[in-house]
Amino acid sequence: MDRNYFELFALPVSFEVDISSLSERYQDLQRSAHPDKFTNATDRDRRLSMQQASMINEAYQVLKDPLKRAQYLLNLNNVDTHSESNTVMDTAFLMQQMELREALDDIMDASDPLASLESFSADIESQIRNLISQCQTCFSDNTEDSLKKAEGLTLQLQFLYRLREEAEDREEALL
Amino acid sequence: MALLQISEPGEATAPHQHRLAAGIDLGTTNSLVATVKSGEALTLADHDGQHLLPSVVQYQKDNIVVGSAAQQAAATDPHNTISSVKRFMGRGLDDVKADAHGYEFIETESVPRIRTIAGDVSAVEVSSQILANLKQRAEESLGGELQGVVITVPAYFDDAQRQATKDAARLADLNVLRLLNEPTAAAVAYGLDSGSEGVHAIYDLGGGTFDISILRLNRGVFEVLATAGDSALGGDDMDRAIANWMAQEAGVELDDAYLQRRMMNEARRAKEALTNNDSVELSVELAAGKAWTGLIDAEKFNALIDGLIKKTLLPCRRAMRDAGVSVEEINDVVMVGGSTRVPRVREKVAEFFSKPPLVDIDPDKVVAVGAAIQADALVGNKPDDEMLLLDVNPLSLGIETMGGLVEKVIPRNTTIPVARAQEFTTFKDGQTAMAVHVLQGERELVDDCRSLARFELRDIPPMVAGAARILVTFQVDADGLLEVTAKEQTSGVEASVQVKPSYGLEDNEIERMLRENVEHAQDDVDARKLREQQVEADRVLEAINAALAEDGDALLNDEERATIAASLEGLKQARENESAAKIKYAIDVADKATSDFAAKRMDASINKALSGHTLDEFE
Repeated sequence: MDRNYFELFALPVSFEVDISSLSERYQDLQRSAHPDKFTNATDRDRRLSMQQASMINEAYQVLKDPLKRAQYLLNLNNVDTHSESNTVMDTAFLMQQMELREALDDIMDASDPLASLESFSADIESQIRNLISQCQTCFSDNTEDSLKKAEGLTLQLQFLYRLREEAEDREEALL
Repeated sequence: MALLQISEPGEATAPHQHRLAAGIDLGTTNSLVATVKSGEALTLADHDGQHLLPSVVQYQKDNIVVGSAAQQAAATDPHNTISSVKRFMGRGLDDVKADAHGYEFIETESVPRIRTIAGDVSAVEVSSQILANLKQRAEESLGGELQGVVITVPAYFDDAQRQATKDAARLADLNVLRLLNEPTAAAVAYGLDSGSEGVHAIYDLGGGTFDISILRLNRGVFEVLATAGDSALGGDDMDRAIANWMAQEAGVELDDAYLQRRMMNEARRAKEALTNNDSVELSVELAAGKAWTGLIDAEKFNALIDGLIKKTLLPCRRAMRDAGVSVEEINDVVMVGGSTRVPRVREKVAEFFSKPPLVDIDPDKVVAVGAAIQADALVGNKPDDEMLLLDVNPLSLGIETMGGLVEKVIPRNTTIPVARAQEFTTFKDGQTAMAVHVLQGERELVDDCRSLARFELRDIPPMVAGAARILVTFQVDADGLLEVTAKEQTSGVEASVQVKPSYGLEDNEIERMLRENVEHAQDDVDARKLREQQVEADRVLEAINAALAEDGDALLNDEERATIAASLEGLKQARENESAAKIKYAIDVADKATSDFAAKRMDASINKALSGHTLDEFE
């Protein structure tokens, strides 16, 4: 029962995941585990099916998303990315973050905030893509050094995700 | 040579036996029941040939009237005639007061009640009358007792509203196979009809609720990507907008319940007539012998409702964002709910999604039809069915932390069922109890979210601040209902609540109501408990025997088999007993004896699900 998420989906442990086969497998797994397939089963088996289906959903969410996938891979390698003490962060990146955050605040006063927000979001999106491709390289090298680097990249990715979310919230507020 | 099929008592029933099931659309304005007959899902009509049952209940002194007769009584007996009760489901006094429609609400220790001539009634009881009416219709039409139903709810219904709906079903003596989200039900009816794969938006504007769901249909799987909405926005609000305008034109105040009903009725008539006419003449009796007449044209009507329509488009945007899809990626927009008949709604939705919406299935019936298809599958009439509905939770679920803030545990639009755990700690030295306050909503402050439940974890051994490790687990089931457990990890102290919403009915209250029901005397309640346990005992026996036949040889050794056999024997004997408690105990014993076996089987079936794939496919 103690399979990791990759094993659950019969996928190799890797940062690279083929999304279409992931989602196909997800559907096959849920077809056998989902509570709707257990409506006439006993209370205990229904509960078991709910727990299994919950676990499959969780695994799918993690493997589908590059940030969660990276964090999960690091956890498999005994690196805790959520830890407060984690300080593998490059100063240049932190400076850039502060600037981006200021830029986001300034956008709200721009003459056409929606248009500025759009180009801001596009910029964040391309940075995210760039980080993901760097992560790819580090995870596939799979050395102690490259994993250390992946850890830093993952933290940066976390920042950018948050910034993207904030930009989206502001966009919603403007509409 | 003919093979004899040998089956023991309590073992597998005949495999081809058709089980009776129905789908129920419990709507704000109208309700429907549908079922699958000879492979086709159809809504069922009453004796007069009417499919729609107006969701109106009139309480008379010694009688309860449901449907169109009650609707006709609304103008003359507004205080005892309850319509749009769905708006009050799972709501507290503050919520319903703002939206009271002229009813007199009474505060009680649990749910608010409406004062009627036949006593004070809760929204759950009123809804159960509507459900009971539909149950009777279905059973008369099918000629037997329903084994289970699927009841639809707005996708945007929160935990309290869902629980209230389930309670209403329990009061109506219905076995709920699943609470199904209305847009998902519509997608089932629509998708199976057209067999179209891809991403679809379901725009569902009913009498009192609005939902937007974005879902992907692929190989029989309906995967909801995101949902958003407003559980207090619908055709009722359009009626009210017209009524308010009429009152203004007529120079009257709408403070009289009778006049308000007449105005609302006329407003509704005008709204419906404007679907096919450019203008409609209006006439309302203001007082005896005094009437107001006027005219409303499409332009005026559109101006009155444009704000309401706009309120539906923001959730559309949010759902697309959460789903991660753009307008171009949406293959179809499906219109559901009576209010999507309004031409202005269609026009604005077409403009927003840059494509004409699909309106070819009757927007009133499509939800019930989808629910019937799902009920038929769930009750076991289609064992090899490929269909699977994967829904999401509509609102974020969280917990109160220091400073009145909400920490999200499960964000909105997470596929259900889902379980998430989060660790908390004590903030004072020697603290022995922790209050857990469960909330639902998107805002950061506790006061801006809906309180779902509060409970306390006690008997934490005294430790220094920050040393206790309290794991709080949220489990949302496939119906979207939440259960929360809290456990102190170092000592194993545990507390759990099946989240009973702050504005919900207590279990004993439901039992009391069942008892108060003339048809349900004390004996009936006991008999029902016994019957429930017997049904569960049969289910357990059937399931374990089937499991043994299938996997017993492969997964069990002799010793394990013997333990299981003994527990089954015990259960069989208890089953013949007249004691619900004894049967329940025997079920627990059998459950325990088979728990490892069940886990192994689940594991094996998961392996089997992917047996076509191997790791080396990728290497």
